Amino acid sequence: MNVSSHPNLGHGPTEPPPTFTPSPAEGRWSAAQIDASCRWPVLLLFASALAWLVLGSLLQFIIAIKLHAAGFLADSPWLTLGRLRPAAMDCFLYGFASQAGMGVLLWLFCRLGGIKLVLHWPLLVAGKVWNIGVTVGFLGILLGYSTGFEWLEMPRAAASLLFLAFALFGLVAVVLFTLRRQNELFPSQWFLLAGLFWFAWSYSGANFLTVVNPVRGSFQAVVNAWFTGSFLNLWLAPIAFAGVLYFVPRLTGQPLFSRELAIFAFWTQLGFGSFAGLSSLVESPVPRWIGSVGTAATVGLLLPLAINALNWHRTLHGNCQAWKTDIILRFVLFGAGCYLLQGILGAVYATPQVAAIIGFTYAGVGKTFLTLHGFVAMVLFGCLYYIVPRVAQVAWPRPGWIRVHWVCSVAGVGLVFLGLTIGGIVQGFKMTDPQVPFPSVVKGTIMFVGISTLGVLSVLVGQIAFLGNFALLLQRVLQPLYQMVLVECCGYAPDATPTVAKAGGKP
Amino acid sequence: MNNGPLLFLGILASLATSFWGLLIAPQVQIGQQQPAVIEATGEIYPAARSGLARQGAEIYRSLGCVECHSQQVRQTGVNFDLWLAEPGTNRAELSATLTRLGVASAEVARAIEQAPAKLRSGLTQVEAQTIASQITNGDAKAQVVLANLGPDIQRGWGRRVTVTQDYLGDYPVQLGNLRVGPDLANYGARSPGLPEILKHLYAPQMVVGNATKPSMMPPYRFLFTKRKLREGETPTLPVELGYEVTPKPEAEALAAYLMSLRADAPLKEAPVPNPPTKSAPAPAPAPGQPAPIPAPTSATPPPPTPTK
Repeated sequence: MNVSSHPNLGHGPTEPPPTFTPSPAEGRWSAAQIDASCRWPVLLLFASALAWLVLGSLLQFIIAIKLHAAGFLADSPWLTLGRLRPAAMDCFLYGFASQAGMGVLLWLFCRLGGIKLVLHWPLLVAGKVWNIGVTVGFLGILLGYSTGFEWLEMPRAAASLLFLAFALFGLVAVVLFTLRRQNELFPSQWFLLAGLFWFAWSYSGANFLTVVNPVRGSFQAVVNAWFTGSFLNLWLAPIAFAGVLYFVPRLTGQPLFSRELAIFAFWTQLGFGSFAGLSSLVESPVPRWIGSVGTAATVGLLLPLAINALNWHRTLHGNCQAWKTDIILRFVLFGAGCYLLQGILGAVYATPQVAAIIGFTYAGVGKTFLTLHGFVAMVLFGCLYYIVPRVAQVAWPRPGWIRVHWVCSVAGVGLVFLGLTIGGIVQGFKMTDPQVPFPSVVKGTIMFVGISTLGVLSVLVGQIAFLGNFALLLQRVLQPLYQMVLVECCGYAPDATPTVAKAGGKP
Repeated sequence: MNNGPLLFLGILASLATSFWGLLIAPQVQIGQQQPAVIEATGEIYPAARSGLARQGAEIYRSLGCVECHSQQVRQTGVNFDLWLAEPGTNRAELSATLTRLGVASAEVARAIEQAPAKLRSGLTQVEAQTIASQITNGDAKAQVVLANLGPDIQRGWGRRVTVTQDYLGDYPVQLGNLRVGPDLANYGARSPGLPEILKHLYAPQMVVGNATKPSMMPPYRFLFTKRKLREGETPTLPVELGYEVTPKPEAEALAAYLMSLRADAPLKEAPVPNPPTKSAPAPAPAPGQPAPIPAPTSATPPPPTPTK
């Protein structure tokens, strides 16, 4: 049962690291036992998450083509650009990022709390309902039932399902949190707990104020911006922070440099995070102070950014060669780097002078892509590459495909970000020059959109490699079970092929 | 930081702060905003849309038009233009005054000939009023006119910045954050009429752009039905050779909505430039005619001081 002695987990260094404060060693369960207890709920969440991820990226690719070939797939209403864009975005946000984040959260709560995962059935139900919700929402958007609010496009029925599923999931997570045997809380746990509550509150609050009992006029846009800011800075980002804070020490074998710095980063992130979303309303038809508060908060987010950077860097410092041999660490560190870049860019873009030029251009789209695909997704990929073989007790079947995923992701994120950012800046300068006719402004972006299309394709290829790898792994997980069922129910024993994993997760 | 309940309270406090700051405070400030009465016309603004336009708004939302079209006009600032509203009878003195004020002699003649005409632009309010008071003499009248600035306004996407008042009747408010297409906040004001809009929806490339720079808007052919033309029939909407293309109700609703998009009512917080045009000031019988007609005094008072 000792997974750490497993022949190949798909990456270099194996646990346990030499010094790591929240080691579950003093708990009752070994790491392998905890991992095994997480098996089915976490694998279910990850499997669905990866399917949504690839679907979302496929749609992104179609969108990218549509942005330079207007007539492409234009004859069905459900494939029109205005429906595909929110559908693809919500696939990523709710299907992939939130769902994978929930899986990572469960695993981290168990590992850091030194407990085995309990309440499997509620979790499986929550996972199912969540996926039904995302499916309803996704189809709803394609069929034209979008609410028209950014990142809240899913129609009311889907939003209700998502909320119910998340409430159930959240309850289990809180129970897990209180059951922990490890008294000392690791920074990852603060971030995850905050994300848990913030998502539940902001999602229900924003849906209530925009869809159920809508507020008047452009105040709707304020609520919407408040939600996007909260969702990004206080749900997705905390999950990714938790991943970085856990895995950088774990994979380098160094203790976290400073807990105090992490405390400071935590509270500043919590304080500025939701206000920062309002920076998208600089110069918009809302009271001026709202945009200004947004700008100030976005600049304020540089505080946790600088602290995080320092803390992570100092942690790495003790073992700065680790990333060369460890591809998982590379995923996490690339994500961390993208976080720094997008934070600085966010502060620059939020200043009124810059917003006047690049507002309404592709530069904003490029920054969002960097945040979501460069930062959040890459950190989550790193987490998944580490967690999946442990909870499944099966090594990655194709270690080479991890490299493919890595190369394609880095190239893709780079191409999309650079293409859209440069294109957006060019577009912005042309748009603010009234002498340039508008069709020329749009036409001038086509080359850059083309570059980003290549990038999206590259990202998609990498993600397909990941999904394929995961599917093969899942097949190996299910194979012994399948054979067991055959033997027990039909008395049929196929020639026993050597299986990589042992079935079951009982200690 | 090891105490779970304390951590929870901290998280709750962060939510409470943000909820109060971002949701309650704006609610107090703009949540109860009511439609305004426009002073000049006595109309209520924003007026409710027609039923068809409201249906069109649903189509607009459903098709996600907001993904490529914003509905907000930005303004970088204001300055003031100086207009010669009426040349009056003493042309010689007016001409001398204008020349003394630095207006080129050819310009002087043209301005007097074509009044009302713009004399200077890009002035501050004080500068403009100082000059205006020097010109206004006898029945010659100069007028200070507000000029809204910004690329959006110069592109003709609106005459003033859009403000909260403009969106009071909208649900959902579709401000948008990307412009792959032009801003539509004032599309109704510049709309080319129903047939052109329908044509634009069916085949955007026929209306905007040319062969090398075609419009990037996708065609919305699924909002139309088409059948082959019979012998000798002429199409009502000439967009496809040999076919009769008929808009579905969705297309008509969408067009009605697009034509209803206007954000150009003069508001206190967002004044609209009101130059002394041929129709605007006095009920002059022949606007282009230079013959001085004694107009009612102070027909067009200077616009209110902008708040910015």
